[in-house]
Amino acid sequence: MPPAQKTSSKKPSAVSQHTGNGSRSVAALQFTKDQELAALREMLLIRRFEEKAGQLYGMGAIGGFCHLYIGQEAVVVGVQMALKKGDQIITGYRDHGHMLATGMDPNGVMAELTGRRSGYSRGKGGSMHMFSKEKHFYGGHGIVGAQVPLGTGLAFANRYRGNDSVAVAYFGDGAANQGQVYESFNMAELWKLPVIYVIENNRYAMGTAVSRATAQQDFSKRGASFNIPGEQVDGMDVRAVKAATDKAVKWCREGNGPYILEMQTYRYRGHSMSDPAKYRTREEVEKVRHDQDPIEQVRQRLLAMKVGEDELKKIDAEVRAIVNASAEFAQTDPEPDASELYTDVLR
Amino acid sequence: MPIQVLMPALSPTMEKGNLAKWLKKEGEAVKSGDVIAEIETDKATMEVEATDEGTLGKILVPEGTSDVAVNTPIATILADGESAADLDKAPAAASAKTEAKPDAEAKAESAPAQKADAPAAPAAPAVHTEADPEVPEGTEMVTMTVREALRDAMAEEMRRDGDVFVMGEEVAEYQGAYKVTQGLLQEFGARRVIDTPITEHGFAGVGIGAAFAGLKPIVEFMTFNFAMQAIDQIINSAAKTLYMSGGQMGCPIVFRGPNGAAARVAAQHSQDYSAWYSHIPGLKVVAPYTAADAKGLLKAAIRDPNPVIFLENEILYGQSGPVPKLDDHILPIGKARIARPGKDVTLVAWSIGMRYALNAADELAKEGIEAEVIDLRTLRPLDTETVIASVKKTGRAVAVEEGWQQCGVGAEISARIMEQAFDYLDAPVARVSGKDVPMPYAANLEKLALPSVAEVVAAAKAVCYR
Repeated sequence: MPPAQKTSSKKPSAVSQHTGNGSRSVAALQFTKDQELAALREMLLIRRFEEKAGQLYGMGAIGGFCHLYIGQEAVVVGVQMALKKGDQIITGYRDHGHMLATGMDPNGVMAELTGRRSGYSRGKGGSMHMFSKEKHFYGGHGIVGAQVPLGTGLAFANRYRGNDSVAVAYFGDGAANQGQVYESFNMAELWKLPVIYVIENNRYAMGTAVSRATAQQDFSKRGASFNIPGEQVDGMDVRAVKAATDKAVKWCREGNGPYILEMQTYRYRGHSMSDPAKYRTREEVEKVRHDQDPIEQVRQRLLAMKVGEDELKKIDAEVRAIVNASAEFAQTDPEPDASELYTDVLR
Repeated sequence: MPIQVLMPALSPTMEKGNLAKWLKKEGEAVKSGDVIAEIETDKATMEVEATDEGTLGKILVPEGTSDVAVNTPIATILADGESAADLDKAPAAASAKTEAKPDAEAKAESAPAQKADAPAAPAAPAVHTEADPEVPEGTEMVTMTVREALRDAMAEEMRRDGDVFVMGEEVAEYQGAYKVTQGLLQEFGARRVIDTPITEHGFAGVGIGAAFAGLKPIVEFMTFNFAMQAIDQIINSAAKTLYMSGGQMGCPIVFRGPNGAAARVAAQHSQDYSAWYSHIPGLKVVAPYTAADAKGLLKAAIRDPNPVIFLENEILYGQSGPVPKLDDHILPIGKARIARPGKDVTLVAWSIGMRYALNAADELAKEGIEAEVIDLRTLRPLDTETVIASVKKTGRAVAVEEGWQQCGVGAEISARIMEQAFDYLDAPVARVSGKDVPMPYAANLEKLALPSVAEVVAAAKAVCYR
């Protein structure tokens, strides 16, 4: 399905609010059947997990803030397909999808959401603050934009050690207006640090549309004054995401410095669970879901490859079973012991 | 088995809401993500999305119903292959839930009583730090400035551990804005001695990220006044991440540089951050006075697996003192030092505050008052033990600091003495501090804004009723 916002010759439709003509976008690579199936499974896992998290939030089992990733699944799944072991990931607070994509255990993630002792942070971090050294996932950060210098620091460590690992720092269109992002861009290019800045442009910073908050709406150009190359990518097409990330990873591994990828994506749910999302119409959301859903795109391609509905349903059932098990685990695992209150303040 | 749709909580505080509107009818197909109803909360109208696929079986709560409690079943969804006949099973479960409701309400009413029974927080772990290691008899003492002691500490640790590096503004080619990093570039090269752009928030974050990855950065701030640009990264990223990660993500980093008033640089360049950083769990805060302490504690800070704020003082950089010539002169973080023993009054200070305290002790001695002067050296963890032991002996205490009084370190010391040695006090604890104004530029006003030896002497005499 051709992404609506890439048909630059036509006048953008009402829902194609992403700017830029995408002229620098790479052609979407063809995926093999196995790649399509792997992408489908990963994206479904994130979507079903997030739906379940929303449900558990509704039941009061998850507290505080809870930012769901539904709609944006192709971004983390496509990026992850282009990385290798040792590459580091860091992101903001809409982080559940990133954790699942790096292979973190759904039980541990869900148990952290419910504040239980088997959660990744032993129940002390919650939705926005989870980490896995083993999976090279460096959080999970609650302050908008803070992960950008931190991710640049991860890349600094790679360069210092002389290894070929690449750091991926994800942030949103909202965070892209924070000053520390540009401080990071400057140092990353100055020192040629291997970091990919993935700007997940989901068109709204909480309730503020990109057009109301930003003077340069083409985020791929945000590194221009530092000579950092960037491109706009159809973030709803997992193949386009993978292809663009392949290119960026190669650039970084070869020692050329940082790279910016603007992933044009969309979140279906509110900013957080308590966001009524009155700043956009229901029709807008429905149109993206109908025309561009990242999971539906893969499903349709698989059906065209003669993969049967039964097989796809089986994958969905398997994913649902994993998610249901994580929800069960997260609600039965005990809360942290009171003695945990004072642990992990210092080493 | 039909699936129940429960009244969701849509905000952290929602307990009930109004079912405003059904957007799907009984018998209509639904799939994950479809909006099936609208709910009014105390804040806004929200949409309820289905999380399961099937057919909307029965609407249990009609639209227009007010005050529907969270978790009440509001509808059933029939899965593929289920028919309306299966509905009988669901309402049974639903009514069971409805019956459970009064019970839930009863529980809510008894909640305050439950709260009273809630388990008390466990006691905070006691902090005890071992005393300084003995300096072997006959050890040669070398006289050097605080500046040289700091430089030597960094150089020794960089020789010892390849993961240690220094970054900051003008630390390399310029040799340090205050020459503390002099010679390091020549010995260790540009890979490990890194000039940064003027970008405190950014390079503090880069340093913290590198520390998350296992390196041991020393981040120099040209002065701590500029670290306010970076304080979000220091507190939210460096100090809290170990806790928020359940102990996974350590941050072995040192933030160092001159703190407090220099001379005639006015309000924005003359501020004492002792109280600010010592407020934060997850940080260690060190503020040495002597050259020997500067060296031994900076070496300890670099080896510490936690983020350490190392507060230096520009005026003290040129001050010389004896430093033991040892292969590895390292001192414990968290231990105060009795700089001058005495029996009549305890003076508590750190960093440049020690100058006022020691000079005041000399003056007091002339009047027959023997002051015990405690150099805290570390502000977090605070060595309460040493302070309390002294106050139990003297019965009187004066806290001295250049910072402001409100919520200052002196206020904390005073509170701890009150809590732990109230019965030993013969007079209220006195505080001598910077005046409650931004630092003025004019020479005479600046002098007035800072504490003075005379003020410490007066305070000590006052608590001694002399």
